[in-house]
Amino acid sequence: MTATVIEPVDGAGTRERILDLSQRYGVYVALAVLIAVATALNTDFMSVSNWRVQMFEAAPTVLVALGMALVIGTEGVDLSVGATIALAASIVPLYIGYGPAPAIVLALLLGAASGLVGGSMVAFAGVQPIVATLSLMIGVRGLAELLNGSSAKPVADATIGDLGEHTLAGIPLMAWIALAATAIVAYTVRRTTFGRQLVAIGDNKRASLLAGLPVRRVLVTVYVLSGILAALAGVLIVGHGAEADPANQGLNMELSAITAVVVGGTPLSGGRVRVVGTVAGAMFMQLISAVLIQHNVPTSTTQIVEAVLICLAVYVSRERGTR
Amino acid sequence: MPTSPDEPDPSAPSAVGAPAGAPAALEARRVVKSFGGVHALRAADLLVRPGEVHALMGENGAGKSTLIKLLTGVYRPDDGVIALHGTERAFRTPLEAQTAGISTIYQEVNLVPMMSVARNLFLGREPRRYGLVDLRTMNRLASEILERYGVRVDVTAPVHTLGLGARQMVALARAVRTDARVVIMDEPTSSLEPREVQTLFDVIRTLRDQGSAVVFVSHRLDELYEICDRVTVLRDGRTVHSGAMAALPRMELISLMLGRDLVAAQDGRVTAFAPDRSQRRPAPDDAALAELLPAGRRGRWARQAIPGDSDSNATDSGRAALSVSGLTDRHRLRDVSLDVAPGEVVGLGGLLGAGRSETAQAVLGAHPAAGTVSVDGKRIRRRNPQAAVRAGIAMLAEDRKAEGVIPGLSVRENIVLAALPRLSRAGIVSTARQDRIVEFFMNRLRIKASGPEQKVQDLSGGNQQKVLLARWMCLNPRVLLLDEPTRGIDVGAKAEVQGIIDQLAAEGVGVLLISSELDELIEGSDRVVVLRTGSVAARLDGDEVTAPNLLAALAGDGSGLGEPETGEPELGESESESAGPESGGADEGEGNAS
Repeated sequence: MTATVIEPVDGAGTRERILDLSQRYGVYVALAVLIAVATALNTDFMSVSNWRVQMFEAAPTVLVALGMALVIGTEGVDLSVGATIALAASIVPLYIGYGPAPAIVLALLLGAASGLVGGSMVAFAGVQPIVATLSLMIGVRGLAELLNGSSAKPVADATIGDLGEHTLAGIPLMAWIALAATAIVAYTVRRTTFGRQLVAIGDNKRASLLAGLPVRRVLVTVYVLSGILAALAGVLIVGHGAEADPANQGLNMELSAITAVVVGGTPLSGGRVRVVGTVAGAMFMQLISAVLIQHNVPTSTTQIVEAVLICLAVYVSRERGTR
Repeated sequence: MPTSPDEPDPSAPSAVGAPAGAPAALEARRVVKSFGGVHALRAADLLVRPGEVHALMGENGAGKSTLIKLLTGVYRPDDGVIALHGTERAFRTPLEAQTAGISTIYQEVNLVPMMSVARNLFLGREPRRYGLVDLRTMNRLASEILERYGVRVDVTAPVHTLGLGARQMVALARAVRTDARVVIMDEPTSSLEPREVQTLFDVIRTLRDQGSAVVFVSHRLDELYEICDRVTVLRDGRTVHSGAMAALPRMELISLMLGRDLVAAQDGRVTAFAPDRSQRRPAPDDAALAELLPAGRRGRWARQAIPGDSDSNATDSGRAALSVSGLTDRHRLRDVSLDVAPGEVVGLGGLLGAGRSETAQAVLGAHPAAGTVSVDGKRIRRRNPQAAVRAGIAMLAEDRKAEGVIPGLSVRENIVLAALPRLSRAGIVSTARQDRIVEFFMNRLRIKASGPEQKVQDLSGGNQQKVLLARWMCLNPRVLLLDEPTRGIDVGAKAEVQGIIDQLAAEGVGVLLISSELDELIEGSDRVVVLRTGSVAARLDGDEVTAPNLLAALAGDGSGLGEPETGEPELGESESESAGPESGGADEGEGNAS
């Protein structure tokens, strides 16, 4: 009930500007500093084999985080991605008998279906995203374990194994896939009608609705995309480990993805999607834990460091001023 | 907002003249409050005596809410004095004001929905026994108290199971403690049924008779004249009148609120609108525009923007650009029907809460309502904004911040937002076409920005409004619904926006213009449809569109001025004023006053 109109101030305060810059470019600087420090401490860090390992580790997170960035861009969140990974993993050994292609397509379709359910709850029933996807997170993992049984199943298929293990020009196939997905998502956000509508809806949903934007369709699509990307990550994880283990695969992946998105400079309040920043955020979180582990820092300390970094990222990306 | 900030207003009556020996229960003297450079209150005076019911009146943005918040400790005044029973007070928190004996009932009911009725009633002052809440006593007391308010409910049931009216009563009962010497009620009746209103009035009379001072805010004139003894009118943050309620005729009250002198000369034009329809001119560069604008999927957009053409079918064909009939919703609208011809500006008048914004939103499909909406004679089947926009309706929303701009996006993106699908091929945005359109509109509307990439949140209100106008103009709409298009923008931008409205009409667009400014409504409109409590109260055509006629229609006191055209079943039903509850939450954006 305020009668306030905050007039824009020309040349916002220095502190504001620093915060803005660090929100925009902080993750790249942090990544560069981290790589420099890690290399100084241990020259093996720059070795091809180390980077290959890091890429194997980070690629699934990047895929999931890309979908998460889109969802967060609409002021939502998708907690069901970890469970979707498990669902995709559970379906692969069941249908691998028909060949790798049908198994992969089916896994992606299931991911899309899971996203469709979550997105419909958000867009049509008006359920809060965190609640809608939390229920999915529980239910879908249950479904995955039901389909697969709780024990891990070996997956010996060559094609799926290649997806998770092979390298192309020295770079893991998984990383190429993540790179391609990044390019597609970045293009989608920047240059397509859907991408621009997504950002507008995240920034001001009511205004977007009144402007005649297809708000519900965009919301559902965003969750479907997130589901598909998570399922793709699930297939890669199965290929990398040569086994499907729905009880453990994808556990806490939703949190890693949210962390990558936030560290990458996408505000949780929606209206902005930083695609490249998200990738950098995922790489940064992967590298920091790798570096700490390589220097024999205990896991507990690693977790505390990660927590501090997340707090810092949230502080930097927090909503400034009133709208 | 007006430009002269702090100069003292000689016309404002002094409230210091309280009768000797009877100190005012509550007094505000020359209080000033501004937010970020915008003055919400410039010099407001209010004097409420013990044992009287005092009406506080004013249109949107007049400063009522701000004044109430100052009196109740929500805000602190920048300047001026607030006195309670003759003692100067400076409340730092709402709690301090409450403790001092000021009870407040807000329009939105402040209850804890999941807690029981009794617990809500005694929240923070539960009866205790052995240090624990004495539930039995609490429930018994709650039943007794509510009984007095005519509410008989299970006091152990959660509050959210109660109807709105009953909830309002519980809130009232909680706020009005027996020792409350000042009670402030901010639109307490907006969600009450007529019967409940009478119960509330009984309570108010009891309070008054026991010597409490009651400040009463409502937009229902009938209620004010029924219950209030005295009235204070605010306009633009100043007190412009203070006196006995019965001594102030309705028409005068409304002209005070709207700032329009009844006897003011009629020929002094104050807006940038063309004097009459024949003098409206389209923008000179419209041929260029027609080439630039994207043709829609269904070819409706291929409409020629050539003035002569649209002029000829504007009046003669008789086919309305917009035809609305029987808009009815649950609370706010009853059977609203109106037509807008191509090239015509139809004003939609009414006081706060009359249902103007709801009508516009319902036409767009953003406010659920029964009834039909047709564009160019073609009925819109699916009632949602998407379908309406596709059919050629565009709406400039009243609340620019919440419902208009996308603050974090650039000027360019805000302009093309609605037209994106038409500027894309296979879902991929064409930057080149976008740039041409954005450049065209930034030039034509003279949008002052550092460039198309500047964020809209950094623009001034007037430029934001122009960006929104551009958003709709590049859709080439058939019908434009403008809800307070010039509110909160500076004088220059205001004149420009008014000029643009004229141009659009000259180009054949049907315009529905909502404005709280009488001058804008009178000078900008060809016809005016007046709403009162959600239904059409009068229709003024051509020469009938004058200030006295409009004021009479707004007041609805049947003073005989400007007999509206016959044949309208809803005309002048004065009983319609009191009938029908209005939903409180969706009120006409009192909170959006800027």
